[in-house]
Amino acid sequence: MKAHRRKVDIKHGCVDLSHGSGGRAMSQLISGLFHEAFGNEWLARGNDQSAFDVGAGRMVMTIDGYVVSPLFFPGGNIGSLAVHGTVNDIAMAGARPLYLSASFIIEEGFRFSDLKMIADSMGQAAQSAGVHIITGDTKVVERGKADGLFISTAGVGLVPEGFDFSAENARVGDRVLISGTLGDHGVAIMSKRQNLAFETEIVSDSVALHDLVARMVAAGGHGIRLMRDPTRGGLAATLNEIAQQSELGFSLQQEAIPVKPGVAAACELLGLDPLNVANEGKLVAIVSPDVAGAVLAAMRAHPLGRDAADIGEAVPDDHHFVQMATSFGGARIVDWLSGEQLPRIC
Amino acid sequence: MKYADEFRDKAIGLGLARAIRSEADPQRPYRFMEFCGGHTHAISRYGLEDMLPKNVRMIHGPGCPVCVLPAGRIDMAIRLAERPEVILCVYGDLMRVPGSQGASLLKAKARGADVRMVYSTVDAIRIAEESPEHEIVFFAIGFETTTPPTAVMIRHAEKKQLENFSVFCNHVLTPPAMQKILESPDIRSIGRAEIDGFVGPAHVSIVIGTGPYEVFAEEFGKSVVISGFEPLDMMQAILMLVRQVNEHRSEVENQYSRAVTRGGNPRAKEEVCDIFELRDAFEWRGLGLVPHSGLKLKQTYARFDAEICFSMSELRVADNPACECGAILRGVKKPVDCELFGTVCTPETPMGSCMVSSEGACAAHWTYGRFRDRQRKRAS
Repeated sequence: MKAHRRKVDIKHGCVDLSHGSGGRAMSQLISGLFHEAFGNEWLARGNDQSAFDVGAGRMVMTIDGYVVSPLFFPGGNIGSLAVHGTVNDIAMAGARPLYLSASFIIEEGFRFSDLKMIADSMGQAAQSAGVHIITGDTKVVERGKADGLFISTAGVGLVPEGFDFSAENARVGDRVLISGTLGDHGVAIMSKRQNLAFETEIVSDSVALHDLVARMVAAGGHGIRLMRDPTRGGLAATLNEIAQQSELGFSLQQEAIPVKPGVAAACELLGLDPLNVANEGKLVAIVSPDVAGAVLAAMRAHPLGRDAADIGEAVPDDHHFVQMATSFGGARIVDWLSGEQLPRIC
Repeated sequence: MKYADEFRDKAIGLGLARAIRSEADPQRPYRFMEFCGGHTHAISRYGLEDMLPKNVRMIHGPGCPVCVLPAGRIDMAIRLAERPEVILCVYGDLMRVPGSQGASLLKAKARGADVRMVYSTVDAIRIAEESPEHEIVFFAIGFETTTPPTAVMIRHAEKKQLENFSVFCNHVLTPPAMQKILESPDIRSIGRAEIDGFVGPAHVSIVIGTGPYEVFAEEFGKSVVISGFEPLDMMQAILMLVRQVNEHRSEVENQYSRAVTRGGNPRAKEEVCDIFELRDAFEWRGLGLVPHSGLKLKQTYARFDAEICFSMSELRVADNPACECGAILRGVKKPVDCELFGTVCTPETPMGSCMVSSEGACAAHWTYGRFRDRQRKRAS
């Protein structure tokens, strides 16, 4: 006799410890909520893992944990962020993202309605990024042991033949391109923090960048040395990291760096530098000067690269400094952020 | 950004830089101390040093409240935060300030002390209302600018009859510190450092006005120009100081006239006088005990004074002997003169207070300006 499957009461119910126990309740949660949101042939088979075909060429693999607070923010939620962030880490290798796995650590008492909203966002984000969430895990912890929900997503993607983006490819004279305005995600999150709330129309830039990357690769080919997405620590951290790894320095023009007025104002208010603030839908590309024009044009022709800009160049520097000509006329270093600017930004 | 971009205009800035270059006498040095950390930060962040002629030198003063807080006061705060009933509310940049033996509030928090970062005094009051079972202590710090908000907070707490709220008061005053610098043997007797004039505080002066600086012009013969924190403000103030020196004038001039008056903000001053009184002396990192330079709560408000409520005893801790923060805060040495600078002392692992806050002379130089050290080395 087939067991009766009780439907999950999404409207009124909440997660309890039984939903992580491996029993029927967990099975109901997975099939009633996650399968519904992510629906695909791999999940439908219900195995502990999913098998997929491996194409020719090299694969990339990455993993990221998401602990953002608050879980819902202007422009997205932890679910869409968990897809975009991992898709972007794959895309920064010039790779086509293919499959994701997702692990959920849920606090007892978490509302099904919120969980559904988050899972649906993940499903939609995955669909529009052309990836499938093909395996996952659900754990429930006691009240107070997690702040609502933590998600980890791992992903794999396929690198086109002959491409090997890496910091050591960078050369003196290479151009530094960024795909748009800086600091949107960090400011959107900060505007909703309980002890910080301020009014702004800034929304998170959280988005999957693989399509923009594909256009850039088509335009710049092997002239593209590497790409990174400047998430935590912002552009400043990313460029310092590349400077260290490539054993070069960078020279930037502050006037060329796009920052939305609302972001600039919020940063002014909070004493932050937009160059240190997190992004979730931007990339920085180090590009050979002979293809920089073509890559920049391809970026600007794409909706996610409308505000793309050439902001500086790689220079020889034993100290690996990132320097910037300020828009006021002086010069300064753009340094790593010291300490924690804002915990749990992604 | 409206009301900010206007004061960061490159063309006007370059015009002021040209004027400073043409008016400064190349035969003599001009040594100006910007008292405030806000000014130090602006100089570094906008690269103003590059726009000044070599003989116009800015000396970074002690006007960063985090930097001048002695390690003993941090130790006292840590002891307080370690009490199980206490929630200590602090401004973020206090978290990493080193106390004795590498202790900090950040480390105390990691070990389980309830230390909360707040952005305003209002947050501390809210936490007190939400947590009646806890004792909420606000770590009050800052110059005359942040003292009125603390006063208002105490008024609120009184009005709301909050019984679980108190203040660990570390408010200090600007003019006594300026006087201490001018009277220090380095400057007065040995002549290791000379100061021709001061870029006077911006926000502090909004509260106290320009009047309290007149003594420095009249009795000490120093030029003073009160300046805003924007780069154009600073460039204009430096030009005004160059002119005063050239014309052998020592006056208090007000560049920041859009916000500062001679009398300051009477309402704010009144609030502060109602609630606070002078301490006989307060210890400043780098300056030592400075008479009448700190505030404490009046007897009437003793129930909001954490030092009384928790019978806190004063702790004195000697600074790392190799640390030159003291001489740097007095303008006698530059960050690069310190052996610890950039070696064991960086913003990630600050040994001295000047490396902690982004307004500190060492942190500002490390974060924004250290590439110039290499240029200087090459030049020499």
